[in-house]
Amino acid sequence: MTGPLIELTDVEKTFVVRRRAGRLRRVRTEVPAVAGISFSVPAGAMVGYIGPNGAGKSTTIKMLTGILVPSGGALRVAGVDPQRRRVELARRIGVVFGQRTQLWWDLPLRDSFELLRHIYRVPADRHRANVNAFVELLDLGALLDTPVRQLSLGQRMRGDLTAALLHDPEIVFLDEPTIGLDIVSKVAVRDFLAEINRERGTTVLLTTHDLADIERLCPRILIIDHGRVIYDGLVDAVKERLGGERTLVVDLEEEAAPLDIAGARVFRVEGRRQWLRFDRDETTAARLVAEVAAQAALVDLAVEEPDIEEVVRRIYVEGM
Amino acid sequence: MAELAAIYVRLVGARIRGDLQYRTSFVLFITSQFLVAFLDFLAIAIIFSHVPRLAGWSLAEVMFLYGATNVSFNLADVFISPVETLPGRVRMGTFDALLTRPLGPLFQLATEEFALRRVGKLIQGVVILVLAITRLHVEWTAARVGLTAVMLIAGAVIFSAIWIATAALNIFTVETTQFGNAFTYGGNFLSQYPIDVYGVWLRRVFAYLLPIAFVNYFPALYILGRESSLGVLALRFASPFVALATALVAAAIWRFAIRHYRSTGS
Amino acid sequence: MYWEVARRAFRRYATYRGATVGRIFTGSVFGFIRAYVMVAVYRSRVDIGGFDVVDAVTFAFVSQGLLAAIEAFDTDEIAQRIRTGDIVTDLYRPLDFQRYWLSQDLGRATYHVLARGIPPVLAGALVFHLRVSSSPTVLVAFVLSVVLAVVVNFGMRFIVNLMAFWLVDIRGLLQMFTLSEMFFAGLIVPITFFPHWLETLARFLPFAGVLQLPVEIFLGKHVGIELVATLATQVAWAIALLAAGRALVAAATRKVVVQGG
Repeated sequence: MTGPLIELTDVEKTFVVRRRAGRLRRVRTEVPAVAGISFSVPAGAMVGYIGPNGAGKSTTIKMLTGILVPSGGALRVAGVDPQRRRVELARRIGVVFGQRTQLWWDLPLRDSFELLRHIYRVPADRHRANVNAFVELLDLGALLDTPVRQLSLGQRMRGDLTAALLHDPEIVFLDEPTIGLDIVSKVAVRDFLAEINRERGTTVLLTTHDLADIERLCPRILIIDHGRVIYDGLVDAVKERLGGERTLVVDLEEEAAPLDIAGARVFRVEGRRQWLRFDRDETTAARLVAEVAAQAALVDLAVEEPDIEEVVRRIYVEGM
Repeated sequence: MAELAAIYVRLVGARIRGDLQYRTSFVLFITSQFLVAFLDFLAIAIIFSHVPRLAGWSLAEVMFLYGATNVSFNLADVFISPVETLPGRVRMGTFDALLTRPLGPLFQLATEEFALRRVGKLIQGVVILVLAITRLHVEWTAARVGLTAVMLIAGAVIFSAIWIATAALNIFTVETTQFGNAFTYGGNFLSQYPIDVYGVWLRRVFAYLLPIAFVNYFPALYILGRESSLGVLALRFASPFVALATALVAAAIWRFAIRHYRSTGS
Repeated sequence: MYWEVARRAFRRYATYRGATVGRIFTGSVFGFIRAYVMVAVYRSRVDIGGFDVVDAVTFAFVSQGLLAAIEAFDTDEIAQRIRTGDIVTDLYRPLDFQRYWLSQDLGRATYHVLARGIPPVLAGALVFHLRVSSSPTVLVAFVLSVVLAVVVNFGMRFIVNLMAFWLVDIRGLLQMFTLSEMFFAGLIVPITFFPHWLETLARFLPFAGVLQLPVEIFLGKHVGIELVATLATQVAWAIALLAAGRALVAAATRKVVVQGG
């Protein structure tokens, strides 16, 4: 299809909150969860949607999937207005909620998949192929007969991922899919999403607090804060712009006053450990180490690349 | 439409299979449901050990009313009462998942929480109704038989509508859940007895405001060949239309509640 | 200390203000339905089992009110704790296990009687002529009787819940118990309506002390020596049931110690 698969234009969502003010009066406040968001996502993309808590991430996802109705603006997902044609859209998208499962709680995993086949009207052979493929990829073989309520969080998430993709959706929306998972499960989830996107061209939009997800999966990110998009672009571009910097972490033999070294700036001290920030273009790590050693007894050191955590924090705080 | 029916059968079948895994508990539950329902009948039996007629109705006639309302009510209980999980799901945030699926949320709730165990009370209703029919001295014309069948189904629709409407309204406050019970369980209980026992103003409420009287009383007047000061002759055949009207009202209320949820998220 | 437990329970239930109005409404509705049925019954009779129509109508409302007091003893909270194993910590606490739960129940029941129990009776009084005694003896005896009713009901449910130590699933047992209680306590119809042999049987069972006896006292059916005897019956059952409960707790504690939960 031509044109972007997901398109938002000046989308707004305002909630009305009623609070008690005094004995009988109720004060009505309007809380703008989403205050004018526009972006578009082409088919086959993997986009990360990040922001602080309360920024409007989940609200956006809910509007895109047809759960909530926007207060203003226009939304189009797979060429369809999610509000008006919810059922039609539902056939073509998959949704995964981080902490809430879509699976049937007291039935075996296998049964959930079977029920979904009927709900989504997936042809039997296509369904079987998908189940087999995903079970293999996500290592669910031994768990197929286990009731969902007995699964661990990581196992359930793998089940939910399978469930969301059984009907070959064009887009899959994930709201905090790795939250609360152990590291092994997180890696499994990420690898799976990368594979799905590569093999089947499924468009992926995921919200997350874990920037390792972004590192692994999303070349493009949207950063949202207070209901507005404050950055929409490639992760690499962001890293480059703010990424000339590196950090040298040194452990000294004794506590000392912040070192004074040309070309570097100490921005954090904790006991015997000091963090120095320097610009890669201005000086080298090797020279800095030599300078530090000249000024104080050096026990250990490490050089850190700008990580996305730092980068994003800077964007929240300083803006682009 | 046929596809929806097929999906319905599959989803409900899965729930039944899940339930049957615990076979003894399943049977025990059905038995205890049957007995609980039977207690209400015991009340009637004990009452009739002291009086020959209740507000002019004989035991067999009251049993007929009792059986009819219980069959209707428990049909609604088996198939529709699962929608009462709506407010709980909204509060716990598990309702959203239903809105991401290509099926109506009402359909999904009705299938997701289907519990065959509730059939215990239905069985009791059928038993008493059949017993009543054997004891009645009624000439069973085609019209009477037909109206009986219509009465049971229309009654089920009316109770279903009340259930759906109360479930929908329950997302607004915690309070309304208990109010809802007054209309569903209360409605069932009160129609176990002839509407004639109630005060005049209450009788009118049940006839014209809350259509409980159409669940069993009005059709029974024709089937049993009784007179009543309440309503005109035509009303005795009106239950399917009343059922349709209540279904439409309930559907509107349901849609309103879902629309409200989708615009406010709560 | 147990007073504190009771007070806290009272407060806890008092804050669940949601749904109370709904419950009152539902309770009133059921009261009215039963009352009207009684009126219809008494069109052809003047007296049944010593009750006249005013008695029967009053019974309908007062029993609905009392139902609130006995109904909500968190029916299987103890059994749940046994199933999850949490019970072990409870048994090792320096609190007397039975007294703790009894105090809780009394606190809860007090709130429920006041909040949910009285309004339906008031509602009924607006439409019907109810038998309300002005004799202070009757009212004091009634309050005593209600307290005893809560204790007797607790005593029985406590025992049933404790069965979870020995039975895998007590739900069936609990259901049968509730059924029997509803019937023999006079909730379905006053036990004075039962055939004579059944009524005699019912009066020998503890269930009567849960509803029927308190309401009879309220109606002034027992005076003088009979009143004392009726209250004594409740007291006797309360003592017996609590004692049996304590014995079971001891047996259960031994079991826990031996098996390690």
